[in-house]
Amino acid sequence: MKLLRLIPNNTNFDFLRIKVIAFFFSLIILSGTFISLMVNNLNYGIDFKGGILLELRSKNSNSPNINELREKISTLNAGEVSIQNFGKDTDFLVRIQKQEGNQKEQIIMIEKVKSLTDKDYTVRRSEFVGPVVGDELKTAGIYAIILALISIMIYIWFRFEWQFSIAAILALIHDVLTTVGLFSILQLEFNLATIAAILTTAGYSINDTVVIFDRVRENLRRYKSKTHYFIYNKSINETLSRTVITSVTTLLALFIIFFFGGAVLSDFALAMIWGVIIGTFSSIFVAVSLLTYFNINKGEKVDDRTNVPEYEREN
Amino acid sequence: MKSLSKIRLIVIITSVIIGMVYALPNFFNTSQQIQSFNFLPGKKINLGLDLQGGSYLLLKADMEVVFAEKLDSLLSDIRSSLRKSKIGYKKLRIQNDIISFQKRGETSNEKIKSILFSLDKNLILENKLDSFFIKFSDQNKKNITKTTMAQAIEIVRRRIDETGTNEPSIQQQGADRIIVQLPGLDDPSRIKKLLGKTAKLTFQLAHPTIFPDDLDKNSKAPPGYVKLQEDKNPDRFYMINKRIMVSGEMLKDASPTFDRNNSPSVSFQLSPLGGKKFGRVTGKHVGRAFAIVLDGKVVSAPVIQTQIFSTGQITGAFSVQETNDLALVLRSGALPAPMVILEERSVGPGLGSDSISAGKIASVFGLIAVMVFMLITYGIFGVFANVALICNIIFIIALLSLIQATLTLPGIAGIVLTMGMAVDANVLIFERIKEEFNSGRNILDAIEAGFQRAISTIVDANLTTLFAALALFSFGSGPIKGFSVTLMIGIATSMFTAILITKYIVFLYSKKKGINSVFLQG
Repeated sequence: MKLLRLIPNNTNFDFLRIKVIAFFFSLIILSGTFISLMVNNLNYGIDFKGGILLELRSKNSNSPNINELREKISTLNAGEVSIQNFGKDTDFLVRIQKQEGNQKEQIIMIEKVKSLTDKDYTVRRSEFVGPVVGDELKTAGIYAIILALISIMIYIWFRFEWQFSIAAILALIHDVLTTVGLFSILQLEFNLATIAAILTTAGYSINDTVVIFDRVRENLRRYKSKTHYFIYNKSINETLSRTVITSVTTLLALFIIFFFGGAVLSDFALAMIWGVIIGTFSSIFVAVSLLTYFNINKGEKVDDRTNVPEYEREN
Repeated sequence: MKSLSKIRLIVIITSVIIGMVYALPNFFNTSQQIQSFNFLPGKKINLGLDLQGGSYLLLKADMEVVFAEKLDSLLSDIRSSLRKSKIGYKKLRIQNDIISFQKRGETSNEKIKSILFSLDKNLILENKLDSFFIKFSDQNKKNITKTTMAQAIEIVRRRIDETGTNEPSIQQQGADRIIVQLPGLDDPSRIKKLLGKTAKLTFQLAHPTIFPDDLDKNSKAPPGYVKLQEDKNPDRFYMINKRIMVSGEMLKDASPTFDRNNSPSVSFQLSPLGGKKFGRVTGKHVGRAFAIVLDGKVVSAPVIQTQIFSTGQITGAFSVQETNDLALVLRSGALPAPMVILEERSVGPGLGSDSISAGKIASVFGLIAVMVFMLITYGIFGVFANVALICNIIFIIALLSLIQATLTLPGIAGIVLTMGMAVDANVLIFERIKEEFNSGRNILDAIEAGFQRAISTIVDANLTTLFAALALFSFGSGPIKGFSVTLMIGIATSMFTAILITKYIVFLYSKKKGINSVFLQG
């Protein structure tokens, strides 16, 4: 049986030679992120903004009319309303801004929309988030991301050297920011699930970075006479096959969620697809490239476990 | 070879069997099928509201209202204590949440203070010359909130139970919030209506000479009286005596019924004590209007025809549904604080089952795709990885059922994602074995070294991912928490399967057959 080989054995690409180009690329997507955030901001969902969301399905399956629905709902004078197709032709997502007044007004508005569309549509989902909760969720989301970044940084600092930890965290921030940027540029709804997607992406990306760093640490001890440049390149090449295979299996799973997981999960999957790609990119071109700017001592803090395998000690 | 020890095999086999036993119930559709397999200990995975359909409500008790009420009753307590101790006072009143008064006469300030503190030692008390200022301390407020919430949860539960909703979950969140989860209920409007009323019921006498027809919204109330709106007609007012004759706590039972004119009404029965009081009041005030006040609004104010004791009827312009609801809230008792709905999410059963089937399809396709890919990339080693992957999924399902974690739609995504990432540990090991083999070791040494070296990487890589999952967990909002739990379980089980199961199978195979080195050179 001939086996599939995505990456040949003993590759010897000079990844670091194109690090300036890669930095430039990062700079472009980061500026894209910032510009888009300033111009478009984020398309906050009701989780963060507060407001009302209804998912409606037309009872009449032949060509439900979005304009008719729009007109109907506009008679309610509910302020800013957005209506869009959701997954299927017969399904619509209706978003309504939070209503003047207190919680009661929001609930009354939901009832109004329900009774107005009762004849032609079934309500598949209705949500209302009050402004207080929206603000709390936003703060909690930001805290969660910061908490994740700090704890990862401390762990890597503890397990590796501080330089590794700085490089890893900058690569992570790069991934988080550009994923946020993707949501801003495509104006995808930014909601609670997005935060989950960002943190999972961060988890994946750091996983990738740690695998390469682990090899860098090992090679630093093994090839004491070689240059850092050689060692970093070699480490990337040695782990390349694993990096690609794991990315492919994860992407396979994610594309399947994207296509078959239903409309609710598709944005979530899209964020993670981007995250896996950018995370793989950043592990090599941001995290390792950054290491070249530090002068890391070779052979300090020797970790016995990786240096001398158990089987050699036993013999 | 110590990697092939009997103990290891026993651990692997028992854990897989236990995993299967706990995971199995999830593959039966009906409870009947489960019953015929009732030797199985496990329960099914708890499906989140987004999958089974249902409603989620986040309620907040309006504590400011309660604090104001408690301050009012503290004021009356202070008044009666001062009177009892024969201490003169003037200007006893509440302003900006502070009770203040001035003493008259020669009583020492210390004595007054000790009287006030005897009411509640946690009060904040200030004294300037003859003036005293009293307000609640944070400790007071905390205690009030605590008892109020305990009562509120009890009342909320009673009201929801009375509607016959299946397996509602009612939990306190934070200091003053309640999470209500109602599986299977996709339109919570009735529940919201029921929880929207505090249902404080009182019976109070109306003014003997000032009638609703004499009043408009600018009318002023004489001392001892208060002007209240009519429940159904906000433009109609009643002048009501402030003194509460009988209150809802003395109610023994309430049920919907019809009055003489055949319009819907609520009949009630009072406790013996309440009945005695009711009889005394109605006996003394025949011919006067006796107002039924619900949540500060007058439902009706019938004229007392004759002395009534323990039973009576509440009439008003009710619909049948309204009398059902009113009887229900009266039976379950008044909420100690008004409830505000902060957040509401309802998922209909259609969307829920669509999400489950989408999740199932994604899981099965995801599994097949990953397995096929591993097979064509690693050949026989791919088979080993796939066995580990299937064990991994069994473990995830078993653990989710065992700890009764809630599986949400993002949680399913988490499982599918875990499939992709779970093979990572195996990929790391296989790649490392290849490298070791290609650098000239013999095959068994290469396998041993490959595992040895890959494991430190696997632990480092997985622990860092775990931190991200923990951050998600601490962020802790419903579906996201569910997602982080599946992610954490996935990390743990994938490490377990890679380190224990894959390793065992690889060693067993290489010992029995000797690995064809072609697989490793690729």
